[in-house]
Amino acid sequence: MGQTFAEKLLARNAGRTSVEPGQVIDATPDLVLSHDNTAAIIRTWRQLGLPRVKHPERLAVVLDHAAPAPTTQHAQNHAEIRQFVAEQGIVHFFDVGRGICHQVLCEEGLIRPGMLVLGADSHSTHYGALGAFGAGIGRSEVAALWATGTLWLRVPESIKIVVSGTPSKWVSAKDVGLYIIGQLGAEAGNYASVELHGETIAQLSMESRFVLPNLMAEMGVKNAWLAPDQVTLEWLRAQTQDTSPELAERFFAGAIYPDPDAHYAAEYVFDVTSLEPQVACPHAVDNVVPISRVAGTRVHQAFLGTCTNARLEDLAVAAQILHGRRVHPGTRLLVIPASARVLRAAVQMGYLDTLLAAGAVIGPPGCGPCMGNHLGVPAPGEVTISTANRNFRGRMGTREADIYLASPAVVAASAVTGRIIHPAELE
Amino acid sequence: MRFSGKAWKYGDNVNTDVIFPGKYTYTLTELRDMAAHALEDLDPTFATGVRPGDIIVAGRNWGCGSSREQAVLCLKAAGVGAIIAVSFARIFYRNAINNGLPAIVCPAAVAAIEHGQPVEVDLAVAEIRCPAGVFSFPPFPPSVQRILAEGGLIPYLKRVLAAERL
Repeated sequence: MGQTFAEKLLARNAGRTSVEPGQVIDATPDLVLSHDNTAAIIRTWRQLGLPRVKHPERLAVVLDHAAPAPTTQHAQNHAEIRQFVAEQGIVHFFDVGRGICHQVLCEEGLIRPGMLVLGADSHSTHYGALGAFGAGIGRSEVAALWATGTLWLRVPESIKIVVSGTPSKWVSAKDVGLYIIGQLGAEAGNYASVELHGETIAQLSMESRFVLPNLMAEMGVKNAWLAPDQVTLEWLRAQTQDTSPELAERFFAGAIYPDPDAHYAAEYVFDVTSLEPQVACPHAVDNVVPISRVAGTRVHQAFLGTCTNARLEDLAVAAQILHGRRVHPGTRLLVIPASARVLRAAVQMGYLDTLLAAGAVIGPPGCGPCMGNHLGVPAPGEVTISTANRNFRGRMGTREADIYLASPAVVAASAVTGRIIHPAELE
Repeated sequence: MRFSGKAWKYGDNVNTDVIFPGKYTYTLTELRDMAAHALEDLDPTFATGVRPGDIIVAGRNWGCGSSREQAVLCLKAAGVGAIIAVSFARIFYRNAINNGLPAIVCPAAVAAIEHGQPVEVDLAVAEIRCPAGVFSFPPFPPSVQRILAEGGLIPYLKRVLAAERL
């Protein structure tokens, strides 16, 4: 019988010819991610009494969650981390301002098809956009990986989602992702490997593709996978400025594709031809409605940022909408690019000039206020519309604030009117 | 291992942001400080009312959202002996086992237990005892039992590494 992506990848990783769902294997990740939580992981790892981490070349550390440091205590954490990565010879270290971990590791060419990537961050599912197996784990598990290089993983059941149809002008990958989560629910992918298939997915730009496996974390998935193809390869080429034929050879040699006769625990088909822009309402990511149901809701803050939607094309659509317009009085528009590379490109393209002229506030590349640390947390009673992936109660720092999740186009348009609005109404 | 205490009953899809708010994740490092904020945005009475051995009884997908391990640590430090749920989000489940907090899947017990009732969990025989009766759950596999018996992944690994050095 055929095998799914997850079955093939975990079998190869564990040096077996095949594995079955439910089986527990000792996996050896190719890359292990941690971010600001590295300070806590260092303290845990020190309890093990080892002088050196086992594979420093397989570790990546990015300072992004509270960066630049908002308090002395955050700064102290960062200082401990800098000292540790120097001591241990961890070369894949990206300091404050380089950007959000998931974006940075992809831009740096550290993620390739067929890799196993484990990260102390729930949105490590992100790496599936490049055909890798990305899964979130806990801090103690990262400490254990620093010590031993291996970790037990249960081979997941696989779920196949097929998306077809050409969406309308203002419907983006974010709307497709929110729609799927709204239809299937927050637990639909728990413990499972989700494969996203179909013409709609294949036609997405690489930047749009990153949105989907990232968002699938909100369905509980272990990992989410998209088929690596020429679009993926060209994006990697551009990011790494590697024009050699070997890049393509290594790319396709590493890539893993499911067999046509693989067995899936569930299969779902979605046609997005007539989909409206989607909005996730407070206080759950699966509380999703078409925008017409919440249009007119007053917003105090519009936030364009996070690992889900703060890439160049997201800033481009915001600039297109805000060109020649002003952010509504009484509403703040906060724009935090996903990385320094995105920020620089946005400057070169003139997007930042447009956004600033419209009255936007620009923040330094990083996670910003997504999890309530700094740089734009709402006041009690305020409403934020955000391009992030989570709207749980208290997420942005106060339990008395409402968070709506939407696409960059909807967030930008809502900033103009101070109310949730379909971008088509501004045309 | 055996735990007994009062049941704190909650619903479906309780996420890690309400169990342990993200704004504390890089500033609270002491266990007693984490315990003081446990379930802060879900049930403000929990942190002051919980007693050692108390049991959380929850619906589907307990612990969904962020991978933050403090969501487990704050409950354990507050004295929670075990969590019984219809289902767990996968990273929370791993974090619970890895910190020696039994995460027990038993939908029948969840349906039977009411908030505030006395509950006893006996891991040795994989049973839950409550006013409505006795419920069995599938025992943990031996590898998980070893981690739980050592109090978590790090103490377990310490022992394994020490044995390798001998």
